[in-house]
Amino acid sequence: MSFLTLIISLLFVIIPLVLSKTLNLGLEKDTIIAAVRSIIQLLAVGYVLQFVFNSENMIYIILMVVLMIVAATHNAQGKGAAIKGIIWKLVITFIFVEVLTQAILLGLNITPATAQYIIPISGMVVGNSMVLAILFLNRFTSEIEDHQDETELILSLGGTPKQAIHTQLITSIQASTIPTIESQKTIGLVQLPGMMSGQIIAGADPVQAVLFQLLVLFLLLTTAVVTSIMLGYLSYPTLFNQRMQLVGGASQDPE
Amino acid sequence: MTDPDNAMRFDNINFSADGVHIIKNITGSIPERNITTLVGPSGAGKTTLFKLCNGLYSPDSGDLFIKGKPIERYEPVELRRNVGIALQKATMISGTVQKNLELPLKLQGKELEEDRARDLLKMVSLSDISLHKKTKDLSGGQRQKLSIARTLVNQPNILLLDEITSSLDSISRQDIEELIAKMNNQYGTTILWITHNLQQALSIGHYTWIMMDGELVETGESSFLRNPQNERVKQFVRGEIE
Repeated sequence: MSFLTLIISLLFVIIPLVLSKTLNLGLEKDTIIAAVRSIIQLLAVGYVLQFVFNSENMIYIILMVVLMIVAATHNAQGKGAAIKGIIWKLVITFIFVEVLTQAILLGLNITPATAQYIIPISGMVVGNSMVLAILFLNRFTSEIEDHQDETELILSLGGTPKQAIHTQLITSIQASTIPTIESQKTIGLVQLPGMMSGQIIAGADPVQAVLFQLLVLFLLLTTAVVTSIMLGYLSYPTLFNQRMQLVGGASQDPE
Repeated sequence: MTDPDNAMRFDNINFSADGVHIIKNITGSIPERNITTLVGPSGAGKTTLFKLCNGLYSPDSGDLFIKGKPIERYEPVELRRNVGIALQKATMISGTVQKNLELPLKLQGKELEEDRARDLLKMVSLSDISLHKKTKDLSGGQRQKLSIARTLVNQPNILLLDEITSSLDSISRQDIEELIAKMNNQYGTTILWITHNLQQALSIGHYTWIMMDGELVETGESSFLRNPQNERVKQFVRGEIE
């Protein structure tokens, strides 16, 4: 695909702009910003990737992964602001998930140890892990708030913090991983995965593209489950103090 | 400052949350094997005081002794099993009556025998309720009674009861009053009981504490309620302060 075709493809930006203007939807400014940002960001990433792929230097590959983890942490941390030390918990989780998946892929020779494979797969792994972290933290913080009475009840009966938060933790892990599992059930029927479609468009053998897509799907399944569980078990202890009291529990108690 | 005849002793206890001073310099003792009623208007800090005794909160300053031992020297789990608390909200975990009743033992990795479960239900006048009934189908009064039965599973030495009869009809209220008296007479359980019902405080409580705005304003044998000394307590007894 050439730059000329990219310019022609801007038609797909002009259509929503015209519709927005005609129907007074007020989306023009955001649409232009989104289009300009995506062009700049993706072109920049394209050139950076080209440089990294050509150099085949492990330092650059690691730097790219570190950048992904920093950006993912920055994005996800807001959802877990109520949890003490959430930044480090996210960093540890993302690093663990990345190391685990790459260790399996490279260790078992499933994919070659080249930038061409490591970087895109890392992007999918860390990106998916970030989405899962956001889903988990969103649900977990609301579960804690909504079920504070149950948590206090179990503590008051002599339960440990882990017992007191168990139901909320399990509910949040389930709720955050269900979308990944459910979307995999309908994959190929309702939607064709973007990566697979991209490979087919680029001229790859469709069966090869499917096999690779399956690998990615299984990878994302592990990513989803490990992210939620790890983040959950790293987060819940910070909700309690050494006296097994719910931190900030008294603030909701009017009496 | 400790006294072996006191189940609990408060020494200048203060507690704040979100910058609000909820408990203010509470000093006093709860005598062992007696029923002490805790009376006062809404927002006086009574429930917060209970949660301090059960170890759900820790005082900002002051000393709290349970059976002569500073509260911080207890393991939280041990403390909470010995100082049982049944709160006004009667919070239930989702599921059946049995699931709620066996909760205290499940937390210790033990099972509650069905016979004992039925005995506990009988004790709180809930013998006609199936163990398999969903708690969401219970009335407010039934939940309150179940909450008391659940607290009794741990066989606590000290029992903190927060407005447990407020949502009960007069027959159920009488059943619970009898249960409280029995727990105290037969098992020597020390009971601290929050109630808005001054008649209950007079007829069941051996001692009464009056709390207002986080302060302990008057204490003594419950009979003082007939002739309180403090001007605000007089107003409260006359029903002029809610």
